[in-house]
Amino acid sequence: MIPQNFEYSAPTSLKEALALIAKGDAKVLAGGMSLIPLMKLRLAAPEHVVDLSRIADLKSVHEDGKGEFPGGALHLGALATHFEIESSALVRSKCPLLAEVASNIGDVQVRNVGTIGGSTAHADPAADYPAGLMALEAKVHLTTAKGERTLPIDQFIVDALSTALKPNELVREIIVPVETRGTGFSYQKLAQPASGFAVVGVAARVRKSAGKVTFVRVGVTGLAGKAFRATRVEKLLEGTSGSAADIQKAAAQAAEGVDANTDLHASADYRRQMTKVFTARALTQALSRAD
Amino acid sequence: MATTITKTETLVGKRIRRKEDPRLITGTATYVDDIQMPGMHHACILRSPHGAARIRSINIKPAINQAGVVAVFIGKDIEAVGPVPCGASLPGLRVPAHSILAKDRVYYVGHPVAVAVATDRYIARDAIDLIEVDYEPLQAVSDPEKALEPGAPAVHPEWPDNTAFTFHQEGGEPEKAFKEAEVVVKQRITSQRLVPTSIETRGVVADYRSAEKNLTLYSSTQIPHLLRTLVAQMLGLAENRMRVITPEVGGGFGSKLNVYAEEALMGFVAMKIGKPVKWIESRRENFLCTIHGRGHVDYYEIAARRDGTVLGLRLKLIQDLGAYHQLLTPAIPTLSVLMMPGLYKFRNVIADIVGVFTNCVPTDAYRGAGRPEATHGIERMMDLLALELKMDPAELRLKNFPGKGEFPYLTATGLSYDSGDYAAPLKKALDMVDYHKLRNAQRDAKAKGRLMGIGISTYGEICAFGPSPATPAGGWESATVKIEPSGKVTVLTGTSPHGQGEETTFAQIAADELGVSMDDIIVLHGDTSIVQYGIGTFGSRSTAVGGPALYYALQDLKAKIKKFGEMLLESDDVTCSGGQCICNKTGKTIEFAQIAAASYRAMKLPPNTEPGLMATHFWEPPNFAFPFGAHIVVSEVDRDTGQVEIQRYVAVDDCVNIINPLLVDGQIHGGVAQGLGQALCEQAVYDENAQLITGELMDYALPKASTMPYIETGHTITPSPVNPLGVKGVGEAGTIGCSPAVVNSVVDALSHLGVRHIDMPLTSEKLWKLVRQGGQA
Repeated sequence: MIPQNFEYSAPTSLKEALALIAKGDAKVLAGGMSLIPLMKLRLAAPEHVVDLSRIADLKSVHEDGKGEFPGGALHLGALATHFEIESSALVRSKCPLLAEVASNIGDVQVRNVGTIGGSTAHADPAADYPAGLMALEAKVHLTTAKGERTLPIDQFIVDALSTALKPNELVREIIVPVETRGTGFSYQKLAQPASGFAVVGVAARVRKSAGKVTFVRVGVTGLAGKAFRATRVEKLLEGTSGSAADIQKAAAQAAEGVDANTDLHASADYRRQMTKVFTARALTQALSRAD
Repeated sequence: MATTITKTETLVGKRIRRKEDPRLITGTATYVDDIQMPGMHHACILRSPHGAARIRSINIKPAINQAGVVAVFIGKDIEAVGPVPCGASLPGLRVPAHSILAKDRVYYVGHPVAVAVATDRYIARDAIDLIEVDYEPLQAVSDPEKALEPGAPAVHPEWPDNTAFTFHQEGGEPEKAFKEAEVVVKQRITSQRLVPTSIETRGVVADYRSAEKNLTLYSSTQIPHLLRTLVAQMLGLAENRMRVITPEVGGGFGSKLNVYAEEALMGFVAMKIGKPVKWIESRRENFLCTIHGRGHVDYYEIAARRDGTVLGLRLKLIQDLGAYHQLLTPAIPTLSVLMMPGLYKFRNVIADIVGVFTNCVPTDAYRGAGRPEATHGIERMMDLLALELKMDPAELRLKNFPGKGEFPYLTATGLSYDSGDYAAPLKKALDMVDYHKLRNAQRDAKAKGRLMGIGISTYGEICAFGPSPATPAGGWESATVKIEPSGKVTVLTGTSPHGQGEETTFAQIAADELGVSMDDIIVLHGDTSIVQYGIGTFGSRSTAVGGPALYYALQDLKAKIKKFGEMLLESDDVTCSGGQCICNKTGKTIEFAQIAAASYRAMKLPPNTEPGLMATHFWEPPNFAFPFGAHIVVSEVDRDTGQVEIQRYVAVDDCVNIINPLLVDGQIHGGVAQGLGQALCEQAVYDENAQLITGELMDYALPKASTMPYIETGHTITPSPVNPLGVKGVGEAGTIGCSPAVVNSVVDALSHLGVRHIDMPLTSEKLWKLVRQGGQA
């Protein structure tokens, strides 16, 4: 399990990092939870690895009142680890869904090292974060030596292991809304028994008002080549009273029209069915937490 | 002078923490990969990517031309090295020539083809990517039943039927039993291939000193002495000039009870390059090239009376051997046949084994080795019979045990079960779960639509291998005890503990016998130049065979101590106790330390007595030991997802006298973890091209700490006449009892849907389908 020879740089500033990747042929290393195993198996053989771990700017987790979302936003530096997000008092109070998703990733060792920027940029179709980020309608802040841009998560993730990231571009931060008071949330996951990745994972956010469900967001990971928002489910549940029957009826649409993955651990059929089951579970818990 | 005889506190039976642990948990233990030597080189092995292929040509030039690469060896270079040994012999056994590097053909993915040796491990790894091998891929076969079909690809062209051996055994009058049976139950039952996955992979360091013609081999092995004998033969070395050292071994589970190509290959390389060389197996190689366990397809039939009395048992056993025989490969299924009646009074049995070659890595001993398969089969069959007869599965089992007074009990397969009270652990386990109440709770749960099940298994284990005539190597074990001139005690055991904790348990035994502190005792093992010949650690044998060897060595030593005591106390009425000799007449005492000093100083010696205090004993057991027990599992299947939750796990074991309950619990827990792995999630899956598709930990699902249930352990003690310590083995018991209890509980949870049997592993998708389809798979 020894990778091929590669050049290694560990810049200490974002500017320096951007200059290094602008030369081309560089692979960016964040937490390394995906890149390092791929390199050890020699399935990836980058000539140059640019390690971002010494760039302090990329680790910041902070709130911005007038940011990207009307109710305020949390800015999560690309190098914030899963553990930092899971345990951050700020994230837990202002965007508890994201903390819950983070706490479901891999195992303790992975959460101590893996990062939100690395996971998002890798776009593994079975990763946990994308379900949460879809449900949160998160934004991805990208930067190059020449400028910055911000993309909604559903435009950033293009397909399995494929994103809108340009070769000379870095994920700088992930931006999520400060959660509106009373929003219920839940992340429910069927874990692959070996890797801990999601066979399916469903993140839900709901709001109720006067006995009606007024707002539903559902993000699904694991089922398809890329995580997606289950908009049919959202529309079916909005306006109902959120009864068990309403939930079942809406959740039944969670896998409609989706080309499902299949592998040793779960057939396409099982994945579809589990998507419905876990959508119902996520919605049920989210509704029970909403007030 | 008044003398108080202070009786030292007895240590046997106490929960004493392991002496091994401080070095293990502080990271100061030495494993093979920790060994550094001046001038040490590193080897990396190029392996076949194909399940079957002809090698047309190999070009090593691009590799050998790299700076830092000192040598590349391929099949034609190792003609002088003997084959990888198979220690098992069966009538008519076909033994393929198993050279340490492939010659003109490869037989499984991972088959070693070439070795590159370089000044560091990175250069060695890069070098194997530069070796050009021209393969002509051939059709491969990975499924043992398909391999038996006419026209299947021949793994070894010389044997187109892929049959390595057939083996028949019968006892009693099986045909008659089946003819007269009121009920016959049949089932195909598989025990899937498993990867042993020790945390430490294999590794070897070889150091050859040409001036002395001495080879030292450091290897992560369970059998240092056997390894020395066999590798010396392979390399044509004088055995007394070869030394095997077993540093810390990070798990074996049978996978290191072997002699591997790489062990001889590193010896060969070291001799060729005149420098020490290290090879450390990668995790990927561990999946592909270290033996796998299990690999059974079994066809069972039980004949019985309507009242539940069992009459006959028929078994057709198809063993997936893989492409070659490793050390014990063909012998493992014969253990299944020996143990196939389980604990029940089957007087009429018939079994046929077909050993099948496949284009897969060889199977061999893995925790339980043949007994988990047998136990899984018979315990599933007993549940199927209970279901057929609408009898309670506990009642059916209790009805068919031999009675307490029937021991030694001679089985229809020719074993003599030394001692037992098989109802005792089952009854204890039933009490621990409050069985009748539990059945009522299950009825209520099922009425509410919950899928709750209760699974029982009882098991017997052939262990303490064993009397020599019944084993491929010797079945004895050895011990030496030395009291050094200062009075400190050194124990040398021929076993090779690697996690079992004999450095602690053997110190407890020696401390009690000599009446000295455990801290004054050190237990050494795993170095053929320090320790007298021994057999090793496997088959739950170290305490059960190595323990009595130690006990008898201690008795010899005590007799000699007494002689010195009599001389020094000038009395013929002396008792040795509490670390001293006491003159019973005068009350005068003398400490062992003083006796030890006097024995080495040898100013004066007792009559017919040599100087020094040392005794060695080689102990040959009269029989195997047969521990037994019962496991009960309560589980619930999630109707929506098919996931299994183990709600209770009760394990009651009878391994007779327990030296250290803490370690016995640890063995049971670890054994159950590996049993749960097989029952619920582990499977080595090869595709039609014989590619291993669960070839890494991302796809091969091991049980995790977070998924383990709480295990409630209990013990019964039924005295055994087999050895003076009254001990039986316990290392494999947890694994053997586990998988059928789990599967029985899940089948019980789904039985009202018409489910009779489910093959392992019980993946959530498999169970979900059964639930959805109303029991039809």
